[in-house]
Amino acid sequence: MDWSSWWATYSTLVLSIGVYGLMALSIYLTLSCGLLSLANAAFMGIGAYVSAVSTLQYSLSFPAALLLGAFAPAGVALIIGVPVLRLSGVYLAMATLGFGEVIRVVALNLEVTGGPLGLNGIPLLTEWWHVLLAVVLVLLLLQSLRHSRIGRAFEAIREDETAARLMGIATHRIKLLAFVLGAAIAGLAGGLNAHYTFTLSPGNFGFENAVDILTMAVLGGIQGLVGPLLGGAIITLLPELLRGLQEFRMAANGVILIAVVLFLPHGIWDPRRLRRWLKKRSKHADA
Amino acid sequence: MLAQQIVNAISLGSVYALFALGFTLVFGILGVINLSHGGIFMLGAYAALLLITWFDLPLWIALPAAMVFSGLVGLLIDVLILKRLRRRNAPHLMPMIATIGAAILMTSLTQGLFGSEARRFPVEWFNDETLKLGAVTIPLLQAGITTLSLVLMVLMMWVLKRTRLGQALRAMAESPRAAALLGIPVERLFHLTSFIAAALGGTAGILIGLSFNAISPFMGQPMLHKGIAAIILGGLGDVRGAVLGGLFLGITEVFAVTFLSSEYRDALSFGLLFLMLLWRPQGLFGASATRSA
Repeated sequence: MDWSSWWATYSTLVLSIGVYGLMALSIYLTLSCGLLSLANAAFMGIGAYVSAVSTLQYSLSFPAALLLGAFAPAGVALIIGVPVLRLSGVYLAMATLGFGEVIRVVALNLEVTGGPLGLNGIPLLTEWWHVLLAVVLVLLLLQSLRHSRIGRAFEAIREDETAARLMGIATHRIKLLAFVLGAAIAGLAGGLNAHYTFTLSPGNFGFENAVDILTMAVLGGIQGLVGPLLGGAIITLLPELLRGLQEFRMAANGVILIAVVLFLPHGIWDPRRLRRWLKKRSKHADA
Repeated sequence: MLAQQIVNAISLGSVYALFALGFTLVFGILGVINLSHGGIFMLGAYAALLLITWFDLPLWIALPAAMVFSGLVGLLIDVLILKRLRRRNAPHLMPMIATIGAAILMTSLTQGLFGSEARRFPVEWFNDETLKLGAVTIPLLQAGITTLSLVLMVLMMWVLKRTRLGQALRAMAESPRAAALLGIPVERLFHLTSFIAAALGGTAGILIGLSFNAISPFMGQPMLHKGIAAIILGGLGDVRGAVLGGLFLGITEVFAVTFLSSEYRDALSFGLLFLMLLWRPQGLFGASATRSA
């Protein structure tokens, strides 16, 4: 198979790996701050709809539409974040899940989103390097964030929120920052996604998607930035790899989810385990 | 007309309440959001359906058998998954993800084995026998469904409130470790709780299957959403709150369809839930001011 026909067959899959890598990074960001938020699928949906409507109906340029698609969910996150982030743990998870359902049903009933049929004929503007650039930029941003005061504040809040507050960290503001930034990344991913899939429908951003995104982060591991990207790639490729199982394909998904939680609690990419393993190997080599 | 709607509302609400009761029981005592509860709900309905269509069993045998079957599924999930996570003291993200996995597994297996189209109970069962109560006529089936869910709920609340077993379970809800020190067989009661909760969830599935006469592999997910809404409305982990939350949800749904439109029915439950979390995160009946679980 030559390159161009390979690309014609698999371009959607390759772009999806990048887009879902972004989604996994966006949920990594909130998880790294100890927030179990499941709103990222909804933020992705908002970003996708906003940017698709801007290119489709207002014929905005692609970069402007993407920017708008990132800012709109960030704005929503800012508004709902203030009250919602008072909750923590499973309460936050449930509330954000509820928010996701509300967004889905709103998209189902609004005129501008095309109702249950969704939007069709979205221009195919996303090139491979757009996705690559977005991933690289987000990685750079998150990497510099990790080693900054803010990144250390995230970690402090995740370990012990009360202690973090006592040390003078403005926990509410830091948590809001993680939530809003996560929403912006998800919105960007949504905008990119909308412009290569041609169609959008409310069902794309519901509970299943929220769960998938969470799975990517947990499967890959949230110790670093490699894990979420790896998890995103695996979960995106899995349906292709398991095609032979046909209707039992989703069952394999379920089994993998359970197995990861039971046997790989830190995810696949666990630097600590890797280091231990390497050390053991080198010791054997010495002896 | 209005009286008829009230009957419908109470009937639907009582089944929601039954589902939410099992859901909140697991959260209150095991401290776990069991997202496979919707899957168990669906399996309960399928178990009853298969016992009736394959083995020609009458409903009064199929119903308790399917209840026990759902309970056993819940027990299996507890033994295979939740127990290991309890031992490891895993953060609460972990049981949530593992039980989502279990739910996906159940849905997918059911879909693969029985197909994705909706299935029905044999038609001859839905004869039009009714009870007349003044101006209101209640189909016998609906009356039976409502009575059974109310009886199960009252029984459950009585057990929790008045018996030694209930006392032990309430002690475990406060602190499993303290309960263990007092000689309560904590691990066994965790298993029992999972069994009972799943049996209640499965029963709700059978009853919803009977009242709408449509059973599909995907019926669990929307119900799970409603269960989440109901227990948050009532206050997480609070048994009385879950029952009232479920009833309230059923009633608002029926009246939303009657007076607004059916499109917004699903938005309503989650809109309510969302507003509740913003306004009163402890739920309608919860007492505690902070939520940090």
